[in-house]
Amino acid sequence: MSARGPVSRALAVAAPRRPPPARRTGTRAWLRENLFGSVHDTALTLLAAWALVVTLPGLLEWAVVDAVWVAEDPQQCRAAAGACWAVVAEKHRVMLFGTFPYDQHWRGVLVIAIVIAMAVVSAFRRFWSYRLFVAWVVAMAVVLTLQLGGVLGLEPTGTHDWGGLPLTLILFVGTVVGGLPMAVALALGRRSSLPVLKALCIGVIEITRGVPLITVLFMASLMFPLFVPEELTVDKVLRAQVGMILFFGAYAAEIVRGGLQAIPIGQYEAADAAGLSYWQKTRKVILPQALRIVIPALMNDIIRAFKNTTFVSIIGLFDVLGATATALEDPLWVLYAPEAYVFIFVLYFCFCFSMSRYSERVERDLARGRNF
Amino acid sequence: MRGHPDTARPELPSGDDVLVTLRGVNKWYGDFHVLRDINLAVGRGEKVVVCGPSGSGKSTMIRCINRLEEHQEGTIVVDGTELTDDLRGIEAVRRRVGMVFQQFNLFPHLSVMDNLTLAPVYVQGEPGPEAEQRAMETLERVKIPDQAWKYPGQLSGGQQQRVAIARALMQRPKLMLFDEPTSALDPEMINEVLDVMVELAEGGMTMIVVTHEMGFARRVADLVVFMDEGEVVEAAPPATFFARPENPRTRLFLSQILSH
Repeated sequence: MSARGPVSRALAVAAPRRPPPARRTGTRAWLRENLFGSVHDTALTLLAAWALVVTLPGLLEWAVVDAVWVAEDPQQCRAAAGACWAVVAEKHRVMLFGTFPYDQHWRGVLVIAIVIAMAVVSAFRRFWSYRLFVAWVVAMAVVLTLQLGGVLGLEPTGTHDWGGLPLTLILFVGTVVGGLPMAVALALGRRSSLPVLKALCIGVIEITRGVPLITVLFMASLMFPLFVPEELTVDKVLRAQVGMILFFGAYAAEIVRGGLQAIPIGQYEAADAAGLSYWQKTRKVILPQALRIVIPALMNDIIRAFKNTTFVSIIGLFDVLGATATALEDPLWVLYAPEAYVFIFVLYFCFCFSMSRYSERVERDLARGRNF
Repeated sequence: MRGHPDTARPELPSGDDVLVTLRGVNKWYGDFHVLRDINLAVGRGEKVVVCGPSGSGKSTMIRCINRLEEHQEGTIVVDGTELTDDLRGIEAVRRRVGMVFQQFNLFPHLSVMDNLTLAPVYVQGEPGPEAEQRAMETLERVKIPDQAWKYPGQLSGGQQQRVAIARALMQRPKLMLFDEPTSALDPEMINEVLDVMVELAEGGMTMIVVTHEMGFARRVADLVVFMDEGEVVEAAPPATFFARPENPRTRLFLSQILSH
């Protein structure tokens, strides 16, 4: 307080509502704001521009201007200075379908189409219902029929014939469909008050997380057959699939557990007080909230599961990457491996980026109308 | 049950008109004796207000009545069912007892309507359309029928708490427990919740209310219980309790909360 007494003042002013001040727009404002806002920004902008000027022309020349798009003969590529995209046209059947019988590749095309179509349909929330689940089961049955053959006049094709993108997609879908329920079960089990169940779940999670995926796959493909009698031997693809489900499930379980721990205790108490049983509480109150929280982390693991399918080439299964490596063993085309791998890179990027956008969309959909 | 030296203690009433009985209830958190020999009987249709400083065990006590907390000694009987480790008994009691929490604890991922119909449909097996109709009637009782399809996060605190009361009422409870129902509310919203509670009380609901709203206690309570440090210090009808508190601890507490 000063000598004059208190100096605090507030002025009562009648202030009408009005719209916010207009934002600066236009190219100049945008450039200033984003590229040349300060000395620091300007320096970085110039540096980036210089890097583009140095690299982009060469890259464009190689990839577009001097590139060979169609070639009957690898000699045409050898004569050119640019990329040989013709290798993709020449080898795409082997890259995409591996050792699957050549005249049966249409079945592989159908498998890819079905899986992608189902994924697209699943992206729309209005289709989320029991029926979508049934549709997935039917779709997977059709996919397996197409891949295995032997019925409906289809030439039988055992799992040893499987390869390429269909194999990648089947392993991926199988991993997620089998692994997510397992993750939820393990996460709930780890938080259980029953000591044996809890110890079991901790054991599965920690042991699986403690070893590399390659070891799990080696165990599944090489060691497992040593310990079981011949007639009990399980199919190689199935064994790899089980190994991948286990691996994915153990990682995702810890993510789900994180979500469970984020649910305030009041939610459990409110459900208890309403007389809900453990399963009703878990299914209707806890899991819907916990899973929503962990969508970003879970999607991270799902995308990794997609890329982890490449590990199966180590145990002699040819996923799309493995099949590409095989295709490039052709001495006539072996020089153009980089071009083929660029194609595979783009293919993987398309799948993974779609999944990432998909998860963003699901998050946005679920957040609509709720702020918690 | 452990013997008690004070044998001259008057007996709790018993009989059909008693809905809830706590007899010699003791509870510890680790070594901390949080409930010390609680004896309380609540008659059918009566309202009991429990007050006391924070940490006095009042919340813990009412949370024992629907087994959100476990007591270690003594007996708790709700509508003829004793609370033991038997899960069926616990679930039977919980179905008959509605609870309203300080922090509302609505299910944020469900609409108001789904919050209300969840337990009736899944626990009691009530058909969906019937439950929805009853939910609309219950929302009218708490004066927010127009919020049925919103989510809890879109409502004010007072509205959320009224939804929480409606959700508890949907269980057709014989007893309603209120654990500081207005403590988390902004001052201007306290009355809208208290009004609903007063109406509920006037409708004949049996209620145990932990609160510092002494106006509410004066108006509806049949019995005011003052707890301190885990003990029931004093219990009397509101007229006596506020006019002639006997225990100095009660007097101190009342002077602290009624001074301004």
